[in-house]
Amino acid sequence: MISFENVSKTYPGQERPALRNMSLEIERGEFVFVIGSSGSGKSTFMRLILREERPTTGRVIVAGKDLSRLSNWKLPQHRRLIGTVFQDFRLLPNKTVFQNVAFALEVIGKPKSHLVKVVPEVIDLVGLGGKEDRLPNELSGGEQQRVAVARAFVNRPMVLIADEPTGNLDPETSVGIMKLLDRINRTGTTVVMVTHDQAIVNQMRKRVLELDQGALVRDQARGVYGYVR
Amino acid sequence: MRIQYVLQEIGHGLRRNLTMVIAVIVSTAVALTMLGAGLLMLEQTKAMQGYWYGKVEVAVYMCNTNDVGHATNCTSVITAAESAAIYTKLHGTPYVENIIPESQAQAYQHYEQAYGSTALGQTATEQDMEQNFRVKLSDPSKFQVVQDSVGNMVGVASVVDEQQLLQPLFTFIHIAEYSAAGVAAVMLVLAFLLIFNTVRLSAFSRRRETGIMRLVGASNFYIQMPFLLEGAVAGLLGGALASGVLIAIKAFFIDGIVAPHLSSIQFIGWRPFVFIVPLLLVVGIMMSVAASVFTLRKYLRV
Repeated sequence: MISFENVSKTYPGQERPALRNMSLEIERGEFVFVIGSSGSGKSTFMRLILREERPTTGRVIVAGKDLSRLSNWKLPQHRRLIGTVFQDFRLLPNKTVFQNVAFALEVIGKPKSHLVKVVPEVIDLVGLGGKEDRLPNELSGGEQQRVAVARAFVNRPMVLIADEPTGNLDPETSVGIMKLLDRINRTGTTVVMVTHDQAIVNQMRKRVLELDQGALVRDQARGVYGYVR
Repeated sequence: MRIQYVLQEIGHGLRRNLTMVIAVIVSTAVALTMLGAGLLMLEQTKAMQGYWYGKVEVAVYMCNTNDVGHATNCTSVITAAESAAIYTKLHGTPYVENIIPESQAQAYQHYEQAYGSTALGQTATEQDMEQNFRVKLSDPSKFQVVQDSVGNMVGVASVVDEQQLLQPLFTFIHIAEYSAAGVAAVMLVLAFLLIFNTVRLSAFSRRRETGIMRLVGASNFYIQMPFLLEGAVAGLLGGALASGVLIAIKAFFIDGIVAPHLSSIQFIGWRPFVFIVPLLLVVGIMMSVAASVFTLRKYLRV
């Protein structure tokens, strides 16, 4: 599904590469944690998958397409394969829950008949049934993140990327979000989650990729956070 | 769904930056008014030049019934023999390149083309016209040579340097044209900068939405369209305002105030507006869209 072949990335004007010579393979339907301290290259890793950046050397292949050969006008098509969730939710404050989720479909030109069918389903899936008409500031942090997950998932992407989705949430609420991501993963969607949350990683026992100073230092199936080499 | 979304976005965008949008509309309108005024002045000079202007330099007018007793060399209406003698003399005059005879009937026809709608044009008859020779010179400044050669011949009512007659007026109009073009250029730059700023503000205030649109895979065109249409609407309004101002100037100032006092001058009709108004609208739209595209390339990463 996602494959990195000897990927290095050096940002212009910087000497130290943000990623160096990284090779890995993520299969369809996998659940992967990406951990590492700040500046270890986690963000660059995600930006390469979204093709917000191009690798300096090497190839990034997502769903069989070499992203460095992807032309700019095909980029939107690529991004429709990937749902994205952020630490800060990034909801539109003046739109209701329904409108926030529907927005993701509207702007890629889906007809209204499709929206009214699909959006309530996905809102139910994330456990917000009955709250369709609430505004984001009327929801708790956990609920807002559920809206963000619904928006990322409503287009049924092949990959869901979550950038510290529990970073702003208390442990109990985080468990709820993790259950939701797990449920989405079980539908066959590949989930790549960047996190600092040790408890979650240790509890879930999924594949762990650890980055340090731009290098992949650990790739462990059913891993834990504090693995001692 | 899509159209509704787009219209809604344009409405929001225009209201959000209302002061900037007004500035854009006004400066676009001033720029386009100047552009239109320049074009109308060009039309005005064409209207005043008449049939012979630019084709010949000198007219040798021969006596008609009105001239007898008034002009020195007019003892009677011009005869065929006199006119033949004048032709031969002109033919032998240096610098004369070409001589075109014009009968009273032709003269009347050309006069009516040029002045038909003025008070003078409506009272003139064919009998008021003078039979004449239009003379083209190899050196346009040698009017005096023709004057000396045939000016005192019997049957010659007057020798007129046509260019000389209109030149000061045209010089004035040309200066006005260049001034209008200059102001138009400056205002176009100003409008461009204002649009640049407005679209930048607009893109900035909507960066949340556009960021999400980008992430969920909305096409570049879909993301940029509301901004472009916002610019196009402002440009269109500017063009419409400019057209309104020009039409008002023509209707109230020229037709209402100036024309009744200057009955000898043929002023432009409404015909040039048929192409100038659409031109101003199109230029207004194109300019704002071009400025928007330029700005979006810079400030709306997709």
